[in-house]
Amino acid sequence: MAGERPKQHHTRSGTPIKPLYTAADTAHLDPARDLGNPGEYPFVRGIYPDMYLGKYWTMRQYAGFGTPRETNRRFRYLLDSGQTGLSVALDLPTQLGYDSDAAEAAGEVGRVGVAIDSLADMEAIFDGIALDRVTTSFTINATAPILLAMYEAVAEKQGVAKSRIAGTVQNDLLKEFGARGAWIFPIAPSLRLCVDVIEYCTTQLPRFHPISIASHYRDAGANPAEEMAYTLAAGVAYVRATVARGLPIDAFASRLSFFFYTYTNFFEEIAKYRAGRRIWARLMRETFAATSPDSWRLRAACVCGGHSLTQAEPLNNITRTTIETMAVACAGLQSVFTAAYDEAFAIPTELAARTALRVQQIVAYETDVAKTVDPLAGSYFVESLTDDMERAITGIMSDIEARGGMVRCLEEGFIQRRIAQRAFEYQRALDGGEVKVVGVNLFRSEADAAPEVHHGDPEAEADQVAGLAKLRAGRDHSAVAVALDRLEAEARGEGNLMPAIQAAVRAYATVGEISGRLRRVFGEYLPPTGF
Amino acid sequence: MRTLRVLVGKPGLDGHDRGARVVASALRDAGMEVIYTGLRATPEAIAKTALQEDVDVVGLSVLSGAHEPIARRILALLAEKGLDVPVLIGGVIPPADRARLLALGVAAVFGQEATLAEIVAAVRALAVRKGAQPAATPETDG
Repeated sequence: MAGERPKQHHTRSGTPIKPLYTAADTAHLDPARDLGNPGEYPFVRGIYPDMYLGKYWTMRQYAGFGTPRETNRRFRYLLDSGQTGLSVALDLPTQLGYDSDAAEAAGEVGRVGVAIDSLADMEAIFDGIALDRVTTSFTINATAPILLAMYEAVAEKQGVAKSRIAGTVQNDLLKEFGARGAWIFPIAPSLRLCVDVIEYCTTQLPRFHPISIASHYRDAGANPAEEMAYTLAAGVAYVRATVARGLPIDAFASRLSFFFYTYTNFFEEIAKYRAGRRIWARLMRETFAATSPDSWRLRAACVCGGHSLTQAEPLNNITRTTIETMAVACAGLQSVFTAAYDEAFAIPTELAARTALRVQQIVAYETDVAKTVDPLAGSYFVESLTDDMERAITGIMSDIEARGGMVRCLEEGFIQRRIAQRAFEYQRALDGGEVKVVGVNLFRSEADAAPEVHHGDPEAEADQVAGLAKLRAGRDHSAVAVALDRLEAEARGEGNLMPAIQAAVRAYATVGEISGRLRRVFGEYLPPTGF
Repeated sequence: MRTLRVLVGKPGLDGHDRGARVVASALRDAGMEVIYTGLRATPEAIAKTALQEDVDVVGLSVLSGAHEPIARRILALLAEKGLDVPVLIGGVIPPADRARLLALGVAAVFGQEATLAEIVAAVRALAVRKGAQPAATPETDG
């Protein structure tokens, strides 16, 4: 029966939850040492003193589909609806370094995001949007250096100084090998390109975040403690690689940002973020000897939704993302993307996208959650759970270190196998009813009308391919060839590839052409076929 | 008795293979021999592997929205090779597209809410309908 309740509950990470928490559970805490005031080490209570009283989190909805012109229209719509930052979804060919007319791209152009082949497309996406007035986040990884170079070139054409453009490129290749699968090159050259972008932004783009170390491990199956552990372990790998490049820790640590998943396990999610901030602060200060407080702060964005959304009774997803958004507001994150209720079917309709943004606005403006800093501090349960999460996360991180670090663990497939095993366990628990999802394995209704879903423009692919043909015909061919030859030569060396990529982009070389030259030098990653 | 052989294919450019791996593990636990293509398998590679490995069922996982062109291409390639193998698709498939996929010749479509037991049962039933031997249970297998 649905009404039966087991006597012992556990968090999703497997820690027992007590029936009652009391003062005895938090008696060991020294608030000054273990929590700190908001804005103070170890930042359990938040990374800024005034948190949302100074500024709400950035409401940044992921959008982009079809042609650059369609995406430009959706962006203007979202900005007009009160959105405060842009987040660009790219189609898979762009993410994987194929042009829209490549054989590999057939059927995928403009599907899960917008297609970008050349600088001309980036110009069209931001037509009429002043780049000194918005911050833009690009979910782009293997081709991040190329898209960053394009964005900077568009700003320059708008007359916006590069010191004023602000945003983020995801540029986290480790999680592509571990969970998301959008890699191109083998692990070592991928890491080299990541660090090229970190180094370039650190020295040239003072307001741009060169990496968003992301937790797609969670959506692939990891539990919340594993999610935080894998993501912070990847952060450690990037810090080591960048220090090895010769940058001092305090020169770049404040530019690192993180991206997580939040599901409906409300208190555990809050504890996860509070524990993550404490672990990162201590790592940066004690292990990496960073001296600037800005280097100790875990700047975190998140998505509310992901695998927690269901196809069954899709309107329930609005309730889920509302709970998740409440959790991140209690946890004090810096930027939030609320997934739309129809994302388990397709990319969102305009109505679904607006409703998702409204969830955040209602949490921010109608509830009282953002009217004081860290409202749950001192709760017996929350502080105790924060300690439990910290123990679980640091335990997993120590295991990764003992196995040679995150890069080694990914090379050997350890992380991938662990995640696949967790995903299988979760599905069996769902099928067996131990995990309960309303409308799926609990209170399931038979007659369930599907929502109106977004239908891609069937002409988008042909339009994009036609535009690309025109571009190829009209550009300076020798300039393109010279730029691509230079890039290939530099890729065989060891220097930072950003200047050569910028030159190629400005000559209107395409994403596919630039990636193709790099493929020639670096080769491609070979994915494992085990499961 | 021959064990059922299933090819789990991950065509297209999408890298989200949680579903493909979970289903592959479930089919293996149900006593079947499972071949997983890994990410970004081309339709040509999937059809060729289906032929070479003499599989009884082909399962495809597509989350990118590109299910229709992918299914069309793989069904055509299988037909070209004279392979009469049931093809199942799972992933992020809008309900309206399910009927279209079935009309193309896809044998079954599974959404996010399908249980592993439902998928295992469907694979067994489709394989038998196509004339394959019923799957061995783990106890009697080898």
